[in-house]
Amino acid sequence: MSAKKGITKFISDYAVVIIFVLLTVLSIKPSGLSVIYIIQEIITRLGRNSFLVLALLLPIYAGMGINFAMTLGAMAGQIGLIFAIDWGIAGWQGLVVAFLVGLPVSLLLGWICGKIMNRAKGREMVTGYILAFFISGVYQFFVLYMMGSVVPMRNPAIMLSRGYGVRNTLNLESVRQSLDNIVLLKIGPFSIPLITFVVIAVLCVFIVWFKKTKLGQDMRAVGQDMAVAEAAGIPVEKTRIVAILISTVLACAGQIIFLQNMGNMATYNAHDQTSFFAAAAILVGGASVTHASIPNVFIGVILLHAMYIVSPLAGQNLFGSAMIGEYFRQFIGYGVIAISLVLYAWKAKKAADAARMGLRAGASNGNGVTANGSANGATGPAGDGGAAGGSK
Amino acid sequence: MRDIKTFIQDFGWPRIIIFIFLIILFILAPIVGVRLDASISDVLNRFGQYAILVLALVPMIQSGCGLNFGLALGIIAGLLGSTLSMQFGLRGFMGFFGAIVLALPFSVILGWIYGKLLNKVRGEEMTIGMYVGFSLVMIMCIMWLVLPYSNPQMVWGFAGKGLRTTISTEGYWLKILNNFLAINIGEFFVFPTGLILFVALCCFLVWLFMRSKTGTAMTAVGSNPDFARASGVNADKMRVISVIMSTFLGAVGIIVYEQSFGFIQLYTAPNSMVFPAIAAILIGGASVNKASMANVIVGTFLFQGLLTMTPSVINSILQTDMSEVIRMIVSNGIILYALTRKTKVTK
Amino acid sequence: MGQTSPLLSLKNISKEFYGNVVLQNVNFDLHEGEILGLVGENGAGKTTLMSILFGMPVIAETGGFSGTIELDGQEVHFTSPFDALDAGLGMVHQEFSLIPGFTTTENIVLNRESMKPGSILNDVFGYRMSTLDRPAMRKRASAAIHKLGVKLDPDMLVSEMPVGHKQFTEIAREISRENTKILILDEPTAVLTESEALILLDSLKKLSKDGVGIIFISHRLREVTQIADRIVVLRDGVAVKDTQAAGVTVKDIASWMVGRAMSGETGPREESRAFAEEAFAVENLWVDMPGETVRDVSFSVKKGEIFGIGGLAGQGKLGIPNGIMGLYPAGGSAHLESKDIPLNNPAAALKAGMAFVSEDRRGVGLLLDESLEWNIAFTAMQIHGQYLKPVLGGLFTQRDSVAMEKLCQEYIDLLDIKCTGTKQKAKELSGGNQQKICLAKAFAMKPDVLFVSEPTRGIDVGAKRLVIDTLKKYNREYGTTIIMISSELEELRAICDRIAIVDEGKIAGILPPGANVAEFGILMAGETDSPSRTKRMAAAEEVPNA
Repeated sequence: MSAKKGITKFISDYAVVIIFVLLTVLSIKPSGLSVIYIIQEIITRLGRNSFLVLALLLPIYAGMGINFAMTLGAMAGQIGLIFAIDWGIAGWQGLVVAFLVGLPVSLLLGWICGKIMNRAKGREMVTGYILAFFISGVYQFFVLYMMGSVVPMRNPAIMLSRGYGVRNTLNLESVRQSLDNIVLLKIGPFSIPLITFVVIAVLCVFIVWFKKTKLGQDMRAVGQDMAVAEAAGIPVEKTRIVAILISTVLACAGQIIFLQNMGNMATYNAHDQTSFFAAAAILVGGASVTHASIPNVFIGVILLHAMYIVSPLAGQNLFGSAMIGEYFRQFIGYGVIAISLVLYAWKAKKAADAARMGLRAGASNGNGVTANGSANGATGPAGDGGAAGGSK
Repeated sequence: MRDIKTFIQDFGWPRIIIFIFLIILFILAPIVGVRLDASISDVLNRFGQYAILVLALVPMIQSGCGLNFGLALGIIAGLLGSTLSMQFGLRGFMGFFGAIVLALPFSVILGWIYGKLLNKVRGEEMTIGMYVGFSLVMIMCIMWLVLPYSNPQMVWGFAGKGLRTTISTEGYWLKILNNFLAINIGEFFVFPTGLILFVALCCFLVWLFMRSKTGTAMTAVGSNPDFARASGVNADKMRVISVIMSTFLGAVGIIVYEQSFGFIQLYTAPNSMVFPAIAAILIGGASVNKASMANVIVGTFLFQGLLTMTPSVINSILQTDMSEVIRMIVSNGIILYALTRKTKVTK
Repeated sequence: MGQTSPLLSLKNISKEFYGNVVLQNVNFDLHEGEILGLVGENGAGKTTLMSILFGMPVIAETGGFSGTIELDGQEVHFTSPFDALDAGLGMVHQEFSLIPGFTTTENIVLNRESMKPGSILNDVFGYRMSTLDRPAMRKRASAAIHKLGVKLDPDMLVSEMPVGHKQFTEIAREISRENTKILILDEPTAVLTESEALILLDSLKKLSKDGVGIIFISHRLREVTQIADRIVVLRDGVAVKDTQAAGVTVKDIASWMVGRAMSGETGPREESRAFAEEAFAVENLWVDMPGETVRDVSFSVKKGEIFGIGGLAGQGKLGIPNGIMGLYPAGGSAHLESKDIPLNNPAAALKAGMAFVSEDRRGVGLLLDESLEWNIAFTAMQIHGQYLKPVLGGLFTQRDSVAMEKLCQEYIDLLDIKCTGTKQKAKELSGGNQQKICLAKAFAMKPDVLFVSEPTRGIDVGAKRLVIDTLKKYNREYGTTIIMISSELEELRAICDRIAIVDEGKIAGILPPGANVAEFGILMAGETDSPSRTKRMAAAEEVPNA
């Protein structure tokens, strides 16, 4: 590959990362924020968001693209938190209870999601996106009308005055930062929520181990070529459902971790942007719709959130308007996903064309019949045409 | 008996169920104290309001580009047209048609770029359309703040610059179509003749186009791109034309919506207009690569009827406001159903 | 070798698809360590036979088969390919079934990976939670590669491998199963280079020495004579020959494959005709059509002639019309009378007065979801602007439904198309009637030169006759020059004035229709006396047996 081709390839593979690093670095100065502040914010956000982003890994691995339906797991986690608060269980124990309540819900929702995705092969991302909205409607119906009326709730403080339906904002003071604060490590000017990071590390270890199992290998096969996997006897549909199930459960736990750090929860909207932020993060970190690994998660969270931290203020100082900074931030978020999707689809198309070229060259017995040249005259096969490398 | 069976199969169970459900709601309405004439008037109004946005989806479906999740681009072209029309002080029919004319160049440019992009990313048009739409809406958010509009009805009073989130069309071309030759029956019922006529005109024009040489070629591209290519049709060109048409119809659609609804909605509003349009055409029976005028009319009617009647009737029954939640469940449920149907691709 | 009961025994296998008899009482045995060469033309039944043997679901879905299959003397019933795999059959298809992002090793042991001993997780969640034992996997893969006698890198990604290595990986996968006793290879050398093919043949010989029974399906008759111990020839669903390979020449096989008594179906042969001017010619045509590559084809067709192009599947005959009509990338030059026809441009070819009836009826030839009217009138509408009504003085156009209906009805009557009316959707018609629609579409263009590719493929006998007669009629009455591409030699011999045979992407020779059938067979098998081929044969002879 010539040097020029190598550079073009590098840029197209890492286009998104490059854009982000540039934008962030350029915005630090105009934002007026100190580097220490930025770093501390990044540490906090790493603890807060990484788990959710990790939840996206397995569906990508299994060839199902970005799991926009991870929101279902987030909603399960929120239901868990509502009950934990309702039953007055404080501290990290409250978080555990929240997860235990959310677990069966996320398993059920994940199973439904997996089944639906299997019926929409090739359109998983759009379907997941719409499914998230659909279930959000069901969730709102449940929380706004069923809780307190059909489902008995104990704590009137979290309910609306009419007697049923949970308040718009749920105060999570009793569990606020309970996971983060179990061991708060102070290094210099920085506070690090140690146990949170330990939990994240455990998840990473789990994912690494999982990829080494047969189930992980099957998932990888299914993600690359469903037809071949099926022909080899791998239960394709079941494997895909497992990928979604795990993702949904992880999203449930991830949302609980996220909310405990935030300290309060917008009951009806907290999950709206969950999948968007997670997707943007993993894509910024260099992942694509078909390939994602653990480093992408952490790089992405750092880059994305660094940008989110500096750009509103940078926008305000540069353009004289915080609104513009805010809109710009959102534009970059959506734009990143759009560019990643475009690059992926464009590359896939080129790969398909290239594969056809390879097939043709292979069938030519080494005769150089190329798209640009005309065929040689009737000179017959030239020796054995450099067999092994002939088809490239 | 076989004919009924095939009719049901073609029409689809979900549509029949929704149709029956709608009839039930209409029957229940007066019983629970909802005025039938007001309801029907409402439904007609909303039908006219949305119909052209739904119509906008047809060209791209027919040409095989799938559901236009990037409809926001057309809506933005329409917003540019209508804000410019207001900025120039055009009123009445001048204002309305002026908006459409001003929106045309934007639609063509945006549609052309978007069409070229979609040609390069076949297979993933829907998700990409969504995010391209979101990105553009965000850029426009910045633009609405920064562009030098000066009409006092449009800008923030305080600073004198930057457009408001919603701009009233009162005094310019509010309900200009609706009121045209409107028929009033009693206090609660208004038949928005002008609106319905305009919708019919647009449907007719699209129908005519689909019957032209280019329209026929476009349909073939969506039906079997290999066949079309073998017959000398330039599939890529047809797709781009369909995207431009879709974008322009989207612009017209939002302008019609604005004159009926009464407000120009800027900033993030375009995002919320896309999914209802898609749900409507799907419930009208369109598939991912075939859509007809009938799908548009039936679909918009059923969908808007549902969204109008369900909340009002259920709210009356339960004495509570569930409309938002119901809207979410119904409209997304419909799209979900359509996405998961085993598409019988005839091969 | 030399065993009392054969490894595999096929007894009286018969199969029909919706009334079409595809296989009739096929019998043969395969012994341990024997290489059986299975040859036959396209449509002779080889693929169906292998599908039956391998328990493919399509067989059961279309009414099953009659006859019995015995393995080691025991009757077996396979309801799915997995049954066949478990019983010890391995099949290597033409299209690779490999995971591109996996290594050689991972593909060889796909879904049969070695796993480390289980933990309690297995009890809760199932066997798939075991960790993979990669060293063990690598060992097994290396053993299989060694058994094959080839050089493969166990850690290379399949996506980065040359085509030949992919083929070997597939084979290695089949033989790495412990109990593989029988290996079926379907056209394994089709995508290989000369030297790779030789390596493959050597490894097959090695495998057979180890006791594996091999069924080797190939149209490369020379290879078949090189390694087969026995040869079975299928023709029209019947096993017409089952013989020891010793002493059999390529010419023999070709005759068995192709020769059949002239049936009365296709009518009496006419006197040979004389033609004057040239209507159409190509020089140095190459076409990139996957599976039907054309390398260097030149021929010229006279006005009013019916020119036939035949050859075995995959040799390139289908690529010729597809390339000329712009459906696949092509190069070289083409002329219609004296005009240059630009390639890679369907509209130009059509406008110049050429039309094409594609072999891919459903994929390219028809708009299945549209009416018959649409299908017939579409090309004429787009290219010549016909069947359109001008509106507002030609400002824009509208489809002229009345004219389209009239046109459609004309052809329905002319070609006896069985349908419920002009508005019926094309997908509802039977194969034969669909083919007639495709013909009608081409005729509606009133072409000077008509390319017809596989005109009677998959349609019943009666319709076949009608199609051939119609082509003849258009040629005689309107003087349409017809270039007809077909795998059915009989059909070509019935109406063509000259027949070209394509082999390995080039014209192997042009024969008059009355020539001896065996001569056609030899051209198809690529056995002309061209110097390059003689050199290749000589080189092949020198390779020592493994």
